[in-house]
Amino acid sequence: MNYIYYPGCSLKGTGRAYEESFLAIAGALGLAIEELNDWNCCGATTYMGIDEKKAFAMAARNLALSEEQAPDDKPVNFLALCSACYLVHLKAQTMMDENPNLKATIIGALANAQLSYQGRVKIRHPLDVLVNDAGIDKIKSLVVKPLKGLKVACHYGCLVVRPYATFDDQNNPTSMDRLIQALGAETIEWPLKTRCCGGTLMGTIPDVGSRLNYILLKEAKRRGADVVATACPLCQFNLECFQNQISSLYGEPIHLPVAYFSQLMGISYGISNRQLGMQRLFVPLQPSLAV
Amino acid sequence: MHEQWQRQIKYEEELDPTFGQRTAEMAHGEQLFSCIQCGTCSGTCPVAIYMDYTPRRVIAMVRAGLKKEVLNSRTIWLCASCYSCTVECPKKVRITDVMYALKRQAIQENVHPKRFPVSVMAREFYKLVSKNGRNSEGLLIFSLYSKTNPLQFLKYSTMGLRLLLQGRMNFKKESIQAKKGSKGDLQAILKALDNVK
Amino acid sequence: MSSTEQKTDGQPRIGVYVCHCGINIALKVDITDLIEFAKGLPNVTVAREYKFMCSDPGQELIQKDIKELGINRVVVASCSPLMHEPTFRRATAKGGINQFFFQMANIREHVSWVTSDRGDATKKAKALVAGAVRRVAYHTPLERSKVPVNANVLVVGGGISGIQAALTMADSGKRVYLVEREPTIGGYMAKFDKTFPTLDCAACILTPKMSSVRAHPNITLWSYSEVVGVDGYVGNFKVKVKRKPRYIKEELCVGCNQCVEACIFKEPKFADEFNFGLSKRKPIYMPFPQATPSVVLIDPDTCIFFKTGKCKQTCIKACERNAVDFDQKEKIEEIDVGAIVLATGFKPFDAARIPQYGYKKYPNVYSSLEIERLVNASGPTGGEIIMRDGKKPKSVGIVHCVGSRDEKTNRYCSRVCCMYSLKLAHLVHERTHAEVYNFYIDMRTPGKGYEEFYDKLMQEGVHFVRGRVAEIRDWPMTAEEVGKLVIRVEDTLIGVVRRIPVDMVILSVGLEAHADAEDVRRIFNISCSHEGWFLERHPKLAPVSTFTDGIFIAGACQGPKDIPDCVAQAGAAASEAMALIDKGFVELEPNTAYIQETICSGCKTCIPMCPYNAIRYIEDKKIAQINATLCKGCGTCVAACPSAAAQQNLFTDEQIFEEIEGVLNYV
Repeated sequence: MNYIYYPGCSLKGTGRAYEESFLAIAGALGLAIEELNDWNCCGATTYMGIDEKKAFAMAARNLALSEEQAPDDKPVNFLALCSACYLVHLKAQTMMDENPNLKATIIGALANAQLSYQGRVKIRHPLDVLVNDAGIDKIKSLVVKPLKGLKVACHYGCLVVRPYATFDDQNNPTSMDRLIQALGAETIEWPLKTRCCGGTLMGTIPDVGSRLNYILLKEAKRRGADVVATACPLCQFNLECFQNQISSLYGEPIHLPVAYFSQLMGISYGISNRQLGMQRLFVPLQPSLAV
Repeated sequence: MHEQWQRQIKYEEELDPTFGQRTAEMAHGEQLFSCIQCGTCSGTCPVAIYMDYTPRRVIAMVRAGLKKEVLNSRTIWLCASCYSCTVECPKKVRITDVMYALKRQAIQENVHPKRFPVSVMAREFYKLVSKNGRNSEGLLIFSLYSKTNPLQFLKYSTMGLRLLLQGRMNFKKESIQAKKGSKGDLQAILKALDNVK
Repeated sequence: MSSTEQKTDGQPRIGVYVCHCGINIALKVDITDLIEFAKGLPNVTVAREYKFMCSDPGQELIQKDIKELGINRVVVASCSPLMHEPTFRRATAKGGINQFFFQMANIREHVSWVTSDRGDATKKAKALVAGAVRRVAYHTPLERSKVPVNANVLVVGGGISGIQAALTMADSGKRVYLVEREPTIGGYMAKFDKTFPTLDCAACILTPKMSSVRAHPNITLWSYSEVVGVDGYVGNFKVKVKRKPRYIKEELCVGCNQCVEACIFKEPKFADEFNFGLSKRKPIYMPFPQATPSVVLIDPDTCIFFKTGKCKQTCIKACERNAVDFDQKEKIEEIDVGAIVLATGFKPFDAARIPQYGYKKYPNVYSSLEIERLVNASGPTGGEIIMRDGKKPKSVGIVHCVGSRDEKTNRYCSRVCCMYSLKLAHLVHERTHAEVYNFYIDMRTPGKGYEEFYDKLMQEGVHFVRGRVAEIRDWPMTAEEVGKLVIRVEDTLIGVVRRIPVDMVILSVGLEAHADAEDVRRIFNISCSHEGWFLERHPKLAPVSTFTDGIFIAGACQGPKDIPDCVAQAGAAASEAMALIDKGFVELEPNTAYIQETICSGCKTCIPMCPYNAIRYIEDKKIAQINATLCKGCGTCVAACPSAAAQQNLFTDEQIFEEIEGVLNYV
């Protein structure tokens, strides 16, 4: 199966390690990944607050381009690594399907750029692809350094399961947990696995953003997690990069490594730290791994 | 010394009777009118504790037509679109979409506090992405802090430096390749939608 | 034609009577014009108008004309047949001719009430009258048939509704069969501790009724039994009842429980269904201490003898009456009854369907029914409120509307939960002196004494928070929350989000129709509503009868309701069933279908089409035959018959085509 890979703006910036590590493990698993040519920003959660039709049109441009890039009339597997990009494209597609007038308008606008949209695109999240396409057994088979004794708090964030839960349970998703367990690590049971990290609020209203991330980090630590695993560059950034500010704001030292699940996979596969972008972490993971 | 007494009473003529209907349409659904004011949305919203009006109150105010208060509130900008409310609502009100619709109305009517970081960021993001087709994280943060509170530069200088050194941030302008008039021209797509109402 | 009916020379002499209905018709339809028009229609002898045809003078007009002018067909142009067809048919019969020589034209609901222009209305009225006149000329005399009614009654379901219906009918001398699926009657009421708003002990008021049922000479109680088939029609139902094997001879067992004591399981090991798994029972067990009938039963899924064939069978030795019978088999009984009352009750909503509330995830989250058992003196904890971890709660949260008023589970309000939540708040507060919080959306307290009960609770110091609980979690943000379940809710009246730590959570689950309601309704050939409740004939005016004559519904199976309403409905259903039986016979409308033997080719197309199984194939004559008492006159077979052998009284092809011609030709 071929995957048209949509990076999204963060994966080339703050979320570089996500792209690096994912491509590394995807290579190891033999997944055929091709970056979408000339992709544009999905608009994230922000654009929809200014102009919804244009937001959908931006997502539709990516979908249309992906159809072009993957010829044949088979469904196109549009792989969006960032959970927000994943949701934005899925929402655009779903709203267009629910609302034929809207779809016609968007398709009409796309035509102005000589693009067409047939609706052949299946929007996939990496957790879905790994757990359902590659399979847990395959993932397990490549492990050379089991992450024994490592306690992982899997944080899915909001947009992977809300408002559409296409490949996992909406209230208690387990795809990442199963994946991490396949690497030999332990996952902790915690009720905050889909609680919001605040998204852009960390940058715009730090007090509010800090509180949300404080809650997550504090509970993960209380339950004995050594590391928090994420599937979204913004969640990773929010949870990881502000721990000094959070510690001083609440008078509690909280330092917990926050890694992408693909980085944890890469480590267990024996892939080099450099390839996995481990040097881009604010809070180093090595000490926890030594456990 | 005379105390100033604030009088708080709502007369019908101050209300906008079409506000509810308009907002419902913009938010893709009439379920807004089915709201039973149960408060589940506020109960599950992670940032409700910071809002001036909780999501439930906003829905009630929208239905009643308190347009001025709603569009000027902090609530609509605090919404992080986590969709918890939408998923939990027992009447299937698409509250997140209502918040988006209110954001859009506030922008259209240009009612939001100047230098309020959330709306400023939204506008800067919109400008960057509409023009270039891609977001440039560094440039975005730069314009955000400049236009709201330049002291933030100092506060986050260490972090910023670290991100730079780790290769996680730069100040390059990211943009798509498609040229004007060619296939995939984003401007053409966006322009076409300007003419649609 | 009866002997008192007039003879005619065969030529139809039609009387047309146009009603003003006050101004209801006269304002829109030009009556004078209509009368003139009617006079010109074929076979019309006389055309009259009157202000209120349904009144005595109006009816007398018809009767006078029949006697004096030899009218032998009557057309009344007035309201809907659903209103006055019986009235005018009676008037026609009183005049001396067969009542089915009558046809009604609806120029009120179909014309004056729905047409704005007077000209259009008059035109349409003319068309309908013309149709009726053309049709009635082809009416033939018909008789209603009478079918006798069997005097026995079947009550399905032995909860409070079934018990009440059974006792009422048995007291009036009817023979009642009460069939209950569980090994004991009593239903959910037997599980409650106290009932609202009087705080009566449920068992104290119920068990006397249960004993009466057991002792009543007119009631045959078949517990641990199910209805598996129903044939026949109103007044003449043939019912098959499956008696499930208890492996105990019911007539010998006296409920001494020696066998249970003697069972090789020294300690009970299996989840006790009556207590929702909060306690354990042995494979041989008495469902609960006041079970009626007071007979034990053996569960073949857990009994060692059934599973392995090897057991000392100490139960057999212990029984002095030799009541244990491992060879007992399932038995099918067949009974004949005239009326059936369905009182099969409800099923509680499964709170695990709402993961946000943590049911089955956190041990101290309970459903309301589990708490009923905890609070009950004969329950698993002897009436003490002790949680699964052995502790007594110091704070309790009661969550209203679990599985009700929710698009994702059930849209409707379950009606009883606010009241029982208040009751549980009172009982829990009384037993534990814990801080009790009720989280509600609206407080629904409509019945007698209900609002006063709510006030009493507020006076007792129970905390009321108006807000639907968003989530119940175990992550603490403050010291007071450690080790507790935290309820996050918006207190909408104060206008602030609150986190309230509690030791125990009680989920007030709503009521749902039984999982097999669809299957059950098919057995009885009635309908279910969209949510699965049995469907009443009319939501306001006929709440206990169904669209199937002779089958009545009562209690929660018709929709969620409290005990007073259940008892009232049971009485209503009983009285309607008794009215049917006391009348002694059923009169059937003659608009039944019939097969013309000479035309029928035996193609069997009609037989599977009949929704009422009224058509039989006669092997030796090789034709189909319709049982007029089962036929409901739906017309399906008539439409399906390829050779027009199947015809329907009152709707023959001739009559229908004439009516069409009338409507189309004269206007």
